[in-house]
Amino acid sequence: MKVSKIFFSLLAPVSAIIFSLGVGAIVLLIVGINPLDAYGQMVSFSADSTSFASSINKAVPLYVSAVAVAIGFQMNLFNIGVEGQYLIAAMFAGWVGTNVVLWGPLHITVIILTAVIVGAIWAGIAGALKVTRGVNEVISTIMLNFIAFSAIAYLLANTFSVESESLNLSTGKLPDSALLPNLNFLITMFGFNEPRGIEIPGFLVIAILLGIAYYVLVWRTRFGFELRISGMNPGSARMAGVNPKKMVFYTMLLSGGVAGLIGLSTLMGKLGAYTQDFPRGIGFTGIAVALLGRNHPVGMALGALLFGVMDRAALVLKLEGIPEEIVVIIQGVIVLAVVVAYEIVGRIVAAREVTAAAEALKASNGAEVAA
Amino acid sequence: MSRVLSRPVGILGDGDSATLWHSGTEGASHRQEWVVADNGRAVELIAITKTYPGVIANDKVNLSVGLGEIHAIVGENGAGKSTLMNMLYGMQIPDSGEIKVRGELEHFRSPKDAIAHGIGMVHQHFMLADNLTVLENIVLGFEPKSGMRIDFDGARKKIIEIGSRYGMTLDPDTLVEHLSVGQRQRVEILKVLFRGATILILDEPTAVLVPQEVDELFDNLKVLRDDGVTLIFISHKLDEVLSVANSITVMRGGKTVATVLPQDVDAGQLAELMVGSELPVPETTASTVTDHVALEVRNLTHRSNDDRTLLDDVNLTIRNGEIVGIAGVEGNGQSELIDALMGIIDPETGSVLLNGEDISTRHTIDRHEAGIGIIPEDRHRQGLLLSAPLWENVMLGHQSQAPFVRGPFIDMKGTRSATEEVVERFDVKTPNIDVPAHALSGGNQQKMIVGKEMLAEPDVLIAAHPTRGIDVGAQSAVWDELRAARQGGLAVLLISADLDELIGLSDTLLVIFDGKIVASLDPGDVTPEILGSYMTGVKVAS
Repeated sequence: MKVSKIFFSLLAPVSAIIFSLGVGAIVLLIVGINPLDAYGQMVSFSADSTSFASSINKAVPLYVSAVAVAIGFQMNLFNIGVEGQYLIAAMFAGWVGTNVVLWGPLHITVIILTAVIVGAIWAGIAGALKVTRGVNEVISTIMLNFIAFSAIAYLLANTFSVESESLNLSTGKLPDSALLPNLNFLITMFGFNEPRGIEIPGFLVIAILLGIAYYVLVWRTRFGFELRISGMNPGSARMAGVNPKKMVFYTMLLSGGVAGLIGLSTLMGKLGAYTQDFPRGIGFTGIAVALLGRNHPVGMALGALLFGVMDRAALVLKLEGIPEEIVVIIQGVIVLAVVVAYEIVGRIVAAREVTAAAEALKASNGAEVAA
Repeated sequence: MSRVLSRPVGILGDGDSATLWHSGTEGASHRQEWVVADNGRAVELIAITKTYPGVIANDKVNLSVGLGEIHAIVGENGAGKSTLMNMLYGMQIPDSGEIKVRGELEHFRSPKDAIAHGIGMVHQHFMLADNLTVLENIVLGFEPKSGMRIDFDGARKKIIEIGSRYGMTLDPDTLVEHLSVGQRQRVEILKVLFRGATILILDEPTAVLVPQEVDELFDNLKVLRDDGVTLIFISHKLDEVLSVANSITVMRGGKTVATVLPQDVDAGQLAELMVGSELPVPETTASTVTDHVALEVRNLTHRSNDDRTLLDDVNLTIRNGEIVGIAGVEGNGQSELIDALMGIIDPETGSVLLNGEDISTRHTIDRHEAGIGIIPEDRHRQGLLLSAPLWENVMLGHQSQAPFVRGPFIDMKGTRSATEEVVERFDVKTPNIDVPAHALSGGNQQKMIVGKEMLAEPDVLIAAHPTRGIDVGAQSAVWDELRAARQGGLAVLLISADLDELIGLSDTLLVIFDGKIVASLDPGDVTPEILGSYMTGVKVAS
């Protein structure tokens, strides 16, 4: 029973990934490239410690982003504004971080709190609009993204930027006390080479803790129960003493607060500053990862890792003269295929349950007759 | 040999006006002639089997319905009536067995197929859009076209024609939100007839109606039958079935146990076939009413946003060991009264006192904790989490209290053992407590709701339609629970549409009409007729 359960929960994502690789292969064939060759290059390129570190580096913020999106999904809220929330939160956190001088752990805490609060406020605007005025959160968070992008551009150019020799606008380099130590020892302790030019981010630890906290909060606390039932059935929630509107607001705050953490892995890691070319798009990709991982903390971790590996592997294609966009195509197809695959597998499982339950009932009826 | 029915569609007058529109036919008139095999059977279901998780809903069921008859299907909830009808209507596909319509073997994959074969279904829960007119609701999804436009004028004419033919007059241009429950049901029936149905399935059509509306419905059904329409009628109410049906099929435990003629049986025999035992009668034992007032409502008044008075100076008192029944046609303030008691709405004036303490400003969750139990009027929308496992359903409403939580965390062990206890003590039939609530039959869902409220040992129980839509067996179980709890000193506010239930269980019977308590009656010497006249506002107590 246990084994078949694991088998069926992996069936959908695995078959979706295989299908997507197949689609990628067809596209490669069309443009006249041997897919086996291309995939072989990707695999051999990925299997080294620098690639590993790079994949983790990409996966950590993606995972945090997926968790932020998944919190909204738990009560049928679609927070598309994770993108704007994390960028504006990272900028404020960078600015605060460079402008305070504190003892290390406290400095880091202040930066994290700033990011969480700014992210929560930005998402909270959408939450408040939904609760008080009935504005759909999809619309308002999309609009808030645009506002965030413009506000960032303005503030970075006029208020927050510091003098620097490069043309790249920046909130300034964070002092060492604000940086998280890297975790490269995780690689070197097993005898592999130190990764070159990239680090395993210290934020990995926080991301893992976040995943555990997410699981406990949503499935093991009264708050999580009230959050989920507000999404499932607002009428029943209200009768049970839960105010679904309040939960909408709290959920948006929570989702935005987590979104605020997305940029910190980069901010407090190798980059050490909020700059004009701070990585973008993680908020949107996080939606895909949440879908791929079915809002489950472990599923989303595997999904984030997969996307991280693929992003890294894309680099080699460029070197070999193969269009790296093939990876984006594969990622896109995975998201579509996984939604379909979950539906199909869900039906297979349901059909199996029907037979199993009917047999169980027959057996118990038989026992009653015999007794 | 076969014969062609002279008026198979059974809707329209003769001559050229006898047209039916089909969407996409560009206004072309079309009249469908059904060829019927010589045995004169409208519907034959042969050895139909359908299983769900943990339940064999239909086990080799046979059913034969004659052309132009009213055929009633009776049985407890979970007996498989709705499942059977859903398969005839193409909403579900049988695992095995044959469906024959007018002698022809059919394989319906969706309701579309069934509609194309002249089968229509009127569901228990109406599927109408409140903010559209009667006309718009009827044509929705089946729009007659005239060129590029929807032919509303033609449709309006047609609806009036159908309506007057069967005595179901309705203004096609009224908004559905202004209609009574009975009128809405007529819209549903017209909708099905408009689509050309000659075989109508009615799923518990009387469950939502007041006595006067039931009579009107039956008159309409008889006119339809006399015109050649075949009617399949699902019900629990045996007296109604006996008065209107031409033949009756009884289902029990997913099987058809008998098909009888109404003149050959009485209600008692029918009930016995249904449950395999005596029909339970709601009847309280000696009074257990004490002097201690558990719940008191004072001068409760509430208005809607558009300033309609929903509750008008409601006063009531419930003592420990007392069941106070509230009779009334639905929509006369019952829902608002429940919401005000539970703290879901904030009434304009008035107060609610629990054991002498004013709880008017307390939150819903505090009222749960203070000892008010609730069996909500709409199970699916207010009482259950259909996709969640049973243990989460049992926790619902008690998620702030032991044994369900410890601090901010869910106490899984406590929750699971409480759920096991509910399942055990209240005889909830389920494979285990991890199945989602939608896997249970209506009766078992209700037993679970009653069970979880009783387990919390409340001081006051608000029981809204506690036995609506559940089978006779579950009904008697719920009644027994209420009686036992009353014996133990529970104060119960019973809101119901089932007059027998109200009269049988209540110590005091109040009638609510237009938001006002218009009468306080002794259930010992009241008749459904007297009650009915108060309920409809015909009679007003001095």
